[in-house]
Amino acid sequence: MADKTELQYTAEHEWVLVEGSTATVGITAYAADKLGDVVFVDLPDVGSDAAIGAVVGEIESTKSVGELFAPVNGTVLESNEAVVDSPELVNSDPFGEGWLIKVEFTELPALLSYDEYTALVGE
Amino acid sequence: MTDSNSTEPTDLPYSAERLSPLHAVHVAAGASFTDFAGWQMPVSYGSDLAEHHAVRTAAGLFDLSHMGEIYVVGPEAAAALDYALAGKISATADGQAKYSLLLSREGGIVDDLVVYRTGDDRFLVVANASNRMEVAQELLERTSLFDCEVFDESDDIALIAIQGPKSFEILSQVPTVEVDDLENLGYYRSRAGTFGERGEHRMLVARTGYTGEDGFELYVAPDVAAQLWEALIETGGGSGLIPAGLASRDTLRLEAGMPLYGHELGLDTFPVQAGLGRVVNLKKEGEFVGRTAVEAGPPEGARVLVGLKADGRRAGRADYLVFATADKSATADDAVGTITSGALSPTLGFPIAMAYVAPEHAAEGTPLFLDVRGTRIPASVVTLPFYKRESR
Repeated sequence: MADKTELQYTAEHEWVLVEGSTATVGITAYAADKLGDVVFVDLPDVGSDAAIGAVVGEIESTKSVGELFAPVNGTVLESNEAVVDSPELVNSDPFGEGWLIKVEFTELPALLSYDEYTALVGE
Repeated sequence: MTDSNSTEPTDLPYSAERLSPLHAVHVAAGASFTDFAGWQMPVSYGSDLAEHHAVRTAAGLFDLSHMGEIYVVGPEAAAALDYALAGKISATADGQAKYSLLLSREGGIVDDLVVYRTGDDRFLVVANASNRMEVAQELLERTSLFDCEVFDESDDIALIAIQGPKSFEILSQVPTVEVDDLENLGYYRSRAGTFGERGEHRMLVARTGYTGEDGFELYVAPDVAAQLWEALIETGGGSGLIPAGLASRDTLRLEAGMPLYGHELGLDTFPVQAGLGRVVNLKKEGEFVGRTAVEAGPPEGARVLVGLKADGRRAGRADYLVFATADKSATADDAVGTITSGALSPTLGFPIAMAYVAPEHAAEGTPLFLDVRGTRIPASVVTLPFYKRESR
């Protein structure tokens, strides 16, 4: 599980782990908790384009639907098949096994720090 | 990530938020909250799926203190309710409960209600939280020519529901709860009971619910609600009883095919469209509000409520359109229906929904397509309910 304080965040409740030119993306515990139990995850095909702000996936709980927005420009390197098979990982380990996609990025915009994100959600 | 189809409410000024008498208990239990008709109510205590399964297999405890409780009392209370509501309330016996509707003059549904006869001259009308004020006002007006009085006791009554196959076992073992012959309290029956070390608190115990399981609803004074809640959890914890929030309540009632006001029911819905024709007693003598309109019926071709099941795991949700064709060139004008509630059924494992569809597409087995955010998901019409518990 990634160190939450070292991650970057979006206002759409995604976390981003940057390693070299790869960005690993998931949703925050706050977002997972707000959604409720996740029962279905739809993720992009490997090799597809990601554009900042574009919808690249969906996360459904029993009560609502969340959209996954690409936080970076680039190409999808990997989608987490384990989460597709076991959507509950998004709730049980949102910053670890519940990661969603890895993107080889060409552009990394300014994102929120841990402190900025926690201030945003008021927790 | 953003919620594109959230049930989260708009923010209300804090002063408008009402808190249940059990609020502190929920906070201590780690609940997350949602606004429901101006109330901050628990949506879940961690896992809405676990809460759903607990109710199907053991028991769940719900706080329903936001609901409206309105008493109609007096020598002519029964006749007054026969006039005010769609059912023949006067035909109920003391201790009997009846599901009924408050209709508009135009035949639409102002609210769906449970009416408990708690004496010869008294009835407890339980209304949805969002409609409480309107129901109280309508009852006051509609009963004004009868010898009876209307008391909105909603602020002085808390409501706790225990639902699930172990409900009886648990409730009967709570040392501070006394109810005569609880075992033989039948479905849709209620009885006075007591709570407390010395039986000092009165409560109304009803074998009713909104989950499709056996269970009880307990009407008590707000100042002892927390004590009763904790006594139930203490007794039932070992049997699998857990607190359950409104998220699981919604999936439970959906599986059980029970309508929810604001989704399946509303002012623009005739009872017969919602499959509630049986709730309107046209054989009862005398006038009742909405009778003329209901006798005339809805316009020809009015949509009717059906159950839909689909394959896969993507659920159709409220307001999604229903089509008769998979052809994606069909536009919203070609839709034959609209979903009112939908979810991936936790018990059944496939997507289920209730929808209003044109009558020619309402027969069981009719293939239909749900527009799930641009994808057409094949579905078929099934009879309601989706889930029925095995009889005891």
